[in-house]
Parts: sequence; C-alpha cells; structure tokens
Amino acid sequence: MKTTLTVNGRSHEVDHDTRRTLLDTLRDDLDLPGTKKGCDHGQCGACTVLVNGQRVNSCLCLTAMHDGDEVTTIEGIGSPERLSALQKAFVEKDGYQCGYCTPGQIMSATAMLKEMRDGAPSYVSDDLDAAELSDAEMAERMSGNLCRCSAYPLIREAIAMAAEVEK
Amino acid sequence: MRPFDYQRATSFDDVSAGQIIAGGTNLLDLMKIQVMTPDTLVDITRLEGLSEIQAEGEGLRIGALVTNSALANDARVRAGWPLLSRAILAGASAQIRNKATTGGNLLQRTRCPYFYDTSQACNKRTPGEGCAAQGGAGRMLALFGTSEHCLAAHPSDMAVALTALEAAVEIRSADGETRQVPMHEFYRGPGDRPDIENGLGKGDLITAVILPSPHAGARQTYRKVRDRASYAFALVSVAGSVAMEGDTITQVSLAYGSVAPHPWMDHDVVQLLQGETASNALFERAADALVPDSAPHPDTDYKRNLLRRTFIATMRQLTGPGDTAGTDIARTQG
Repeated sequence: MKTTLTVNGRSHEVDHDTRRTLLDTLRDDLDLPGTKKGCDHGQCGACTVLVNGQRVNSCLCLTAMHDGDEVTTIEGIGSPERLSALQKAFVEKDGYQCGYCTPGQIMSATAMLKEMRDGAPSYVSDDLDAAELSDAEMAERMSGNLCRCSAYPLIREAIAMAAEVEK
Repeated sequence: MRPFDYQRATSFDDVSAGQIIAGGTNLLDLMKIQVMTPDTLVDITRLEGLSEIQAEGEGLRIGALVTNSALANDARVRAGWPLLSRAILAGASAQIRNKATTGGNLLQRTRCPYFYDTSQACNKRTPGEGCAAQGGAGRMLALFGTSEHCLAAHPSDMAVALTALEAAVEIRSADGETRQVPMHEFYRGPGDRPDIENGLGKGDLITAVILPSPHAGARQTYRKVRDRASYAFALVSVAGSVAMEGDTITQVSLAYGSVAPHPWMDHDVVQLLQGETASNALFERAADALVPDSAPHPDTDYKRNLLRRTFIATMRQLTGPGDTAGTDIARTQG
C-alpha cells in the first residue's frame, strides 16, 4: 500500500506492507537512521519522533495510519553546522555515553520543553496549573526515554541548559 | 506481526469489519508478539466527532479518540476533576499518552506475564487452555474478583479515576443506537470466560466517556504505588474524592487499581466512612472491611498490606490539615 508522509519538511510517498512501522519506514525506506530502534515495544523511547509536533514512539506507529502527517526526526531539527539548542547543550554537558538513546532523548526533550511552555502538568506537579522545570519534573517528564549508560544527571543538565537558552 | 488487511473507517458502518485500532499503543505491542493476530485492522482515527471534549450540562463528554495527553491537560478537567488528570499523568510515558486514546485506554489488556507469553497457557488468550499463573509467579496479579480461570489484574490508571468519578461509557451499537453504561458496570469479571472482559457486543463502538458534574470543593488525589518512580504499572493504586464539613466526611468516592480484573469499588467501605468524623481509628476500621483475609495467589499476599496502607495514607491525605503534594481541590469554573 502507499502512504504519503512529510518528513522534515519533504514530502515522500512510500510503498509498504501494512505491517510497516513508522520507525522502519524512516530508517529503511527513507534512509534516516538517526531514529534508533531499541526495544521496538514503546518502552525505551530511542525511536521518539514528533508527529504533527507531538512526541511519540515511532515503533508503535503503523505507517499506514499516518498518511498526510508531518514527521520530524533528529535529522530535521539541526545539522552538524547548525545544532539546535538541545543538541548543543547535549554536546556541551556531555549528556550521553554510548549515544544510542541520544536522538530519542533530544526529540523527546524538544517536545517536553514545548509542553512546559504550553503549561502542561505532570504527575509530580504540585499545582496542576503551574508546573516549573525542576529535576523532579524533568525526571518524570522524560521517563519514557531510557539511557542504559545512566547518563541521566547530565541529560537533565543539558535539558536545563537548553531551557535557559530558549527563555 | 502476522499479515493483516488495513482499512480506514470513513463511517460508523465500517467499524464491524475487523479489529478496531486507534492509538494502537497496546494492540501493536501485542500484535508484534503475536498475542493478538487480527486478520483485518480497522483504523477509526479519522472518524469525525470522536476527538472533542465538550461541556454537557455541568459535566463533560469526552470523545473516545481524545488522547490521554489532551484529556489530562484540558483546563476544565484539571479544575473540576483533577483526580482524572493525575491518574492519566501517572500512567505510561508522555510519548504513549500522546497516542493512547480514551476508548483504547479502557480496553487495554492485562499485563499478566502469562498472557504475554504464547508458550504458556492462558485462558484469556485461548479460552479453555488453562492458567499458567496458577502455581506460577505473579506479584502483579489481582487480589479481588478473580476466578480459577484467571488471576490477572486490569492495569489502567485512567479507568480507576473514571470509576471513582462515577463516569459512564457511551457505546454506539451497529444499528446506530447509543447507550450509556456506568464505569462500575462496564467490565465483567473473568468467571469461566476471561477472554470476555466487558459488555461490548459485535459492532459496538465506544464513542465517548461521560463525566458527571464535579464535586466542587472536594479534595481529590490519585495515589499510585509502583516498583519505580515513573513509567511503571501500579502494584496498588487508590483514587479518592472526599468532601468535608469540619471534621465530618460528607461525601466520599473511592476506587482501587491493579487489585482486580477491573477498577475495584467497595460500597461497604464508603458506607463506613460517609457522615463519620475523620480519624485514624475510622480509617483502620474501613481498611479492615476493604482488605480481604487472604490472597488468591501467594505472590500477591503482600498487596493486602500494601492496599491497607495505601488506603489509609490516601484517606489521611484527603482529610488531613493543610496542603499535601498531589492533592487538588475540585472547582467549578466561574
């Protein structure tokens, strides 16, 4: 079957089996291997991309269901010459060890900082109407992204740094 | 995944053609490990009229396709039913909540490890096959409402909140008729057919969840106990809403999660609390009524004490002085 996707601003028509996930479409059909396959079950967050601006696990998306949608991957938010604020902060703060989870972490954090700006609460927000970025809030809001090297403290530092830059 | 046909529903007439998929966060996971092997998937995400949250009287009508994130973030929900926001935000991850829908959350399957393992017997997966959890390992299993055929617990957080809030499920049948079923009647116990989890018939579609008017002034919380701080299923959870006049409990509603095949309610406990002066002694007595004398599986025996303590802590939180983190006061919007 055929599905049309806009990925990082470019329109693509892909011909695929009904079983194709968005993750496999991105990596194998569109040659965008920045998005990583970790668990393939929505538990690790390595495959996080933005669909219509919202962070999702691309491993739990059927490509067939995303006809007409806009997808943003790690390749779409910056380049080695022009890093996004979060990409810069991850480099600056050394927010990784092996780096495999990093694209997912950065895509997830990109959406998370927007959710904060939009006033979205989390389970650990004392006041559902006035959440502020703290270590506890970052840990809760980023819990869908695992880092098996356990670089969490530096990932939080990087996100906090990017949040300051964006202010 | 096994091969399947994909169809995109364009009208309600299309929904009977196969297995419905919306957010797919649980279904695709189960299809990947071939616990669920539908021949046809019917994608309902483009059906119109199911993605809105609308005021209905003093309550809300939540379309079945409203995502968990949209529902938890909705300003009206945060104000009037903060317990629902908290419960949803306690579940899964932000990525999953952005995809998962209101209707799908209610229909998610158990996370019993034997249901997930196709090399093990499971009556929920294959009726009549047996239950490997009997005599197996099972600290996530249920305390209440089980049968010899199934010991599994329902994993939803959102459904526990909706039960405490006395919500109803709106269902459209194939002939176009719509009915409302209260949350506490929506699920059925496992009995001898644990594969049948609710009263939905062929061609039925959940179209909305109806929230009744908020209990303005009630203190609400969702207390969830789990193995890690975030992104884990509950071992035990308590959803509670309590209104007080002085020290007297004037209104209380409670539901308990991850202890039964569906969100658990206990009317005797509510009766014990209603109209009484809040005190530790009262909560101890109510806990005695709530907690069963034995567990259906030795691995869930610990849940008896955990439920007792979580219940008492929740009641203290909802009746004690001052602001406590995680407690919100329901309010009507002026």
